[in-house]
Amino acid sequence: MVERMNVVIVGHVDHGKSTFTGRLLADSGALPDGKLESVQAWCATHSRPFEYAFLLDALKEEQAQGVTIDSARCFFKSSKRHYIIIDAPGHIEFLKNMISGAARAEAAILLISAQEGIKENSKRHGLMLSLLGIKQVAVLINKMDLVGYDQSVFEAIKLEYAQFLQSIGVKPAAWVPISARQGDHLIGPSDAMPWYKGMDVLSVMDAFHKEKPLSHLPVRFPVQDVYKFTQHQDDRRIIAGTMVSGELHQGDEIVVYPSKKKSTIHRIEGFNVPSSTTVGPDRATGFTLNTQLFIKPGDVISRIGEVEPAVGSCFRANVFWLGKQPLRVGRRYKLKTGTCKVPMVVTHVKSVLNSAELTSTDSVNEVARHEVGEIVIETLKPIAVDLVADHPIMSRFVIVDEYDIAGGGLFIAKDDHPHLPPIELEMDVQSAIDPGLRHTRLGHRAGVVLVTGSGGVGHHLEQELFELGLFPMRLEGLSPFALPSVVTVANALLTAGLVVMVVTRPEYVGVIADALSPYDQLVTEDPTAQTIANWLA
Amino acid sequence: MDQLDRLESQSVAVFREAYREFKQLAMLWSIGKDSTVLLWLARKAFFGHVPFPLVHIDTAYKIPAMIAYRNQMALEWGLQLVVGQNQEALATKQTFPDGATDRISCCKALKTNALNGTLDASWPRWILDHTTQTLIPDPNPTPFTGVIVGARADEEGSRSKERTFSPRGQHHDWDIADQPPEFWNQYKTDFKPGTHVRIHPLLDWTELNIWEYIQRESIPIIDLYFAKPGTSQRYRSLGCYPCTQSVESSAMTVDDIVTELRSGKFSTIAERSGRAQDKEDGGLETLRREGYM
Ligand SMILES: Nc1nc2c(ncn2[C@@H]2O[C@H](COP(=O)(O)OP(=O)(O)O)[C@@H](O)[C@H]2O)c(=O)[nH]1
Ligand SMILES: [Mg+2]
Repeated sequence: MVERMNVVIVGHVDHGKSTFTGRLLADSGALPDGKLESVQAWCATHSRPFEYAFLLDALKEEQAQGVTIDSARCFFKSSKRHYIIIDAPGHIEFLKNMISGAARAEAAILLISAQEGIKENSKRHGLMLSLLGIKQVAVLINKMDLVGYDQSVFEAIKLEYAQFLQSIGVKPAAWVPISARQGDHLIGPSDAMPWYKGMDVLSVMDAFHKEKPLSHLPVRFPVQDVYKFTQHQDDRRIIAGTMVSGELHQGDEIVVYPSKKKSTIHRIEGFNVPSSTTVGPDRATGFTLNTQLFIKPGDVISRIGEVEPAVGSCFRANVFWLGKQPLRVGRRYKLKTGTCKVPMVVTHVKSVLNSAELTSTDSVNEVARHEVGEIVIETLKPIAVDLVADHPIMSRFVIVDEYDIAGGGLFIAKDDHPHLPPIELEMDVQSAIDPGLRHTRLGHRAGVVLVTGSGGVGHHLEQELFELGLFPMRLEGLSPFALPSVVTVANALLTAGLVVMVVTRPEYVGVIADALSPYDQLVTEDPTAQTIANWLA
Repeated sequence: MDQLDRLESQSVAVFREAYREFKQLAMLWSIGKDSTVLLWLARKAFFGHVPFPLVHIDTAYKIPAMIAYRNQMALEWGLQLVVGQNQEALATKQTFPDGATDRISCCKALKTNALNGTLDASWPRWILDHTTQTLIPDPNPTPFTGVIVGARADEEGSRSKERTFSPRGQHHDWDIADQPPEFWNQYKTDFKPGTHVRIHPLLDWTELNIWEYIQRESIPIIDLYFAKPGTSQRYRSLGCYPCTQSVESSAMTVDDIVTELRSGKFSTIAERSGRAQDKEDGGLETLRREGYM
């Protein structure tokens, strides 16, 4: 059976993407009978000049405004393979639609108008391709008819854009001067540009190579779901998902991350498939295990002895942001990576890159729409992922703001020292009582003891303090999500004159201490009740 | 993996994502070839089972063999079947075959409105009782929040721009000019109360892929697609009989159909060219914005 490849067409608005795509479909005979004629007839009755773009811009709004709004999938074939051509919009307003289209592609064709030259979205789209991991890019300099098919115009744009692509690490596969409207160099040579000796666009496309399956990378099987259809008289407990990389075999010893529980593959399951003992990359599959482990959707299965995934709850990452609201430090989002879905906060924005100019700014607290940033993410629970240098797929994530995906990115490093932003009190309190009077009544000063350790520590200490006659209260601030509430409550209790113990992780001590700076503080790993009593006497 | 393996795996992953995320999930079942493949892919995804109901909108003008086939398959495979219908429009004869409306308004009444009322449970609907083998009123109709639909991008313009997980507003409307992003196999699975999501596992499949898959998997399919011996008429696309034309073709087997689509007379003729409602200017896009599948 012939192979299929998805190719996306990108570039600045009006540089001719839809015209190119329409003309390619028309010239290669991919349009159904009568389609071209019916669009031409439609243009005639509506007294509009015919545009090849109307073959793709099917929505009424698109035709009315002469602009592509959303990516269209078009099916066509060459003598070599089948293609889905994805005609993406070039307008900045529709960058989310360009990304939705481009992310499905294995290769990209970027158009630049010879007449207008390199524009903002010529660069922005180039950058997005590199972030999306699309390595094969061909650049077409279009509308050569409008510059008299002049070679020097082609060379000048090529020189300038090649420098830009180099700066973002993209190596173009080809440069072709074309006229989409006239059909020059789409399929076959062109008399108008005898100086061009390279391939036509269709040959460039046919020369793109299919991405190899990731068999050579460590086994990664993100668990999508666990099924047991007992109500259908089926007792199998099947772990279902799609293999991302590596190979799994019946009898393999597996490890589940992040829990690191182990088991063995009993059998690879399937419906109406020849029974098989091996399953490789990209296959949606399922298997039963020899022991009944507690496995959840979002876990990642690998094999014993393979390179382990990065397990943690704090990562540095590059993101591109599409949300209507900016990406903000401290705001709670949902992270989706592989099959894992987990609440997250951004604890730090390290830098922001303007995605059109590639100028970078430091020390900001947000990533605005259509910008690219380097951020630090903290998840509510540990997750198993890979870093971008180790795995192109397992390092990807998206961020959901309220109901919609609002950004995407790549994990670049684990970060063990989260850079928490200052914590703001959710609510302040005022008291009419003088703190000195409270001191006299309670017999001790107000103070905060920051205890580092895990959940549950300090229960005993709290009792001891109480027995010594103090008024203690213990709070746990072990996740960044809890910190604003914990600090707000602590502040109220301290105003009331109590001894507040906050059990927290070492990396949060600094921000909690800052937020409660008006009060006496003691930071300790293993405090005794007597030291605290003496300190607050 | 070949092209069909890839399409199958992608679609299976979409099914599983839908099943994981939408507790009130259903799948539209129109009995045609796309629905048939959809049903097969569901069984692939869930290891032989179909763990959600199938919704069939009965316009009362379906080719009668389709209804018979529907009931037979549902009983044989133990499927949960939910049936909806616009009984009011039928009773008051507000339809195109009755001469009361144009084709588009008829589609809107008998399909779109019936579908919307069935999905959000605001209209009466029926379920198949496997013991008595009859349709009975649905005793506790609940709204569906996720609906799997077999639309393909190669069918027509507005479908070529669909998302895999495509949100519908409170009034089942599709905001086609402002669709949320979806990429890297991450879909829109969060939705406001009162809205729902249409899930499209077949977007990347072409008509040819559908038949190649039916061929490869030996999927049982309704015989309206085949020319009867001695005739040269068959259906290429199934719908309501007043608006669906049969085509001139003597293909009698799945193999014949695959050959005909690959290199024969239909390789350059659009599939829906036999559907009359598409011909009216902007017809399908208008219908789909209002909730048509
Ligand atoms: N002269 C000339 N005009 C072109 C060419 N390609 C596209 N155009 C025109 O440029 C305008 C924008 O084209 P379109 O394909 O919609 O651009 P898109 O926004 O990149 O999809 C249309 O009016 C096209 O006819 C070309 O090669 N030569
Ligand atoms: Mg366009």
